[in-house]
Amino acid sequence: MIDLIREYWLTFLIGQYPNGPLGGLAMTIILAFCGLLASFPIAVLFALARVSPWKALRIVSGTVVNFVRGIPLLMLIFWCYFAIPLATGYAVSGFWTLVCALTIYEAAYLSEVVRSGIQAIPKGQLEASRSLGGSYALTMRSVVLPQALFNVLPGMASQFVSTIKETSLGYVISVNELTFAANQVNNLVLTQPLQVFTILACIYFVLCFSLTQVLGRIEAAIRRRRGLI
Amino acid sequence: MSDTVPGSTPMVRFDAVDKWYGDNHVLKNINFEVAKGEVVVVCGPSGSGKSTLIRTVNRLEPIQKGKIYLDGQDIYAPSLDVNAFRQRIGFVFQQFNLFPHMSVLDNVTFAPLKIQKRPRGEAEAFARELLERVGLAAKADAFPGFLSGGQQQRVAIARALALNPPVMLFDEPTSALDPEMVGEVLQVMRSLAREGITMICVTHEMGFARDVCDRVVFMDEGQIVVDAAPDAFFENPDHPRVRRFLADILPRH
Repeated sequence: MIDLIREYWLTFLIGQYPNGPLGGLAMTIILAFCGLLASFPIAVLFALARVSPWKALRIVSGTVVNFVRGIPLLMLIFWCYFAIPLATGYAVSGFWTLVCALTIYEAAYLSEVVRSGIQAIPKGQLEASRSLGGSYALTMRSVVLPQALFNVLPGMASQFVSTIKETSLGYVISVNELTFAANQVNNLVLTQPLQVFTILACIYFVLCFSLTQVLGRIEAAIRRRRGLI
Repeated sequence: MSDTVPGSTPMVRFDAVDKWYGDNHVLKNINFEVAKGEVVVVCGPSGSGKSTLIRTVNRLEPIQKGKIYLDGQDIYAPSLDVNAFRQRIGFVFQQFNLFPHMSVLDNVTFAPLKIQKRPRGEAEAFARELLERVGLAAKADAFPGFLSGGQQQRVAIARALALNPPVMLFDEPTSALDPEMVGEVLQVMRSLAREGITMICVTHEMGFARDVCDRVVFMDEGQIVVDAAPDAFFENPDHPRVRRFLADILPRH
């Protein structure tokens, strides 16, 4: 296994780059990061829509979120793969297809995390801001969301970790990411599939675990600063 | 307290106000006035509607019948800007409701900076002055999580004063506090009362009522049953419900 790592670590890390497309772990991180970056604002908007005072907005956003949560990601990836070229008239790369599918999927799940955070904020916080003369928008922006997003950091972290793992499904539409790289290595070596996929598992684990740890520490530091237990 | 001008517009006026929660009739035909500069204590057994009453004054609770006026203005007039109207009323909650993600100073400057868009220097200077007045100037940069209940409530009072409202409403401001912290909050309220700000306080602190307020309003089952000067209220409680209430509550103080 050490030999495998010694020989193919660059493939695991960056795929064929610079002699081919960027791939491997680097691509996995970029995919997950793009997915999170795009899905976060959408998730916050959907969460706000789901708790809004306007019923129509609540119904529409609730329907969308529940629909997306009710379908498998793999199906959504296939669907994007065929639907985006039809809708836009352009051939879209596997990378953008996957980013698009991940964004839709993560936004739906993340919006539920954010919504639970918003609803867990005591009513008194809202009343305090409103009784000072703060508008609904200001109250949401300056009082409710900052607390809600902070309180659901663990939930958002685990959602981000899921996103990292879900990028591996890009394999089915030949996106050059970590699992794809592992498969390439396996096709070259042929005789050691168990070892190759063990290395793959270890990389995913180290990445996800260290991310959870870092986010946990940041959260604890903020908690200490604010005197919250 | 003494600058009440006879015959001037009352600061707060309830005109035949009714409120229901579903079938539950929580405020029944409330008629009541608070003059400018007056300090009124509202008391009564729990469930009598006193918190609901005070929360209707800044529209935290809607009413179903009647009218409420703030300084002569109908607070349900369609033309009324509710956010501007609320800036004229300071509200202090039983549970303080400080913003835990902001420092003490940021809590107090929240309304001047974010709602009224005043210059930061001016807002902070006034906030520090207010914190000085409630005895917490040294805690300006602390987060509420590091403060005791009494300190938090004093910050909450400073926050409510940050827009210089002519009226302050207190909804059981000492009920969530440990007994040894009640005094520091009452002391701040006493000094406010002396400054001539109009105050309506829902409280069970009968010592405060006796010493500081101009009138005591006693509520029972959604109605105002007694509205009297403190001397008359405490010395000759002619209503049997008041006598029972005082007998229940006074031995504790």
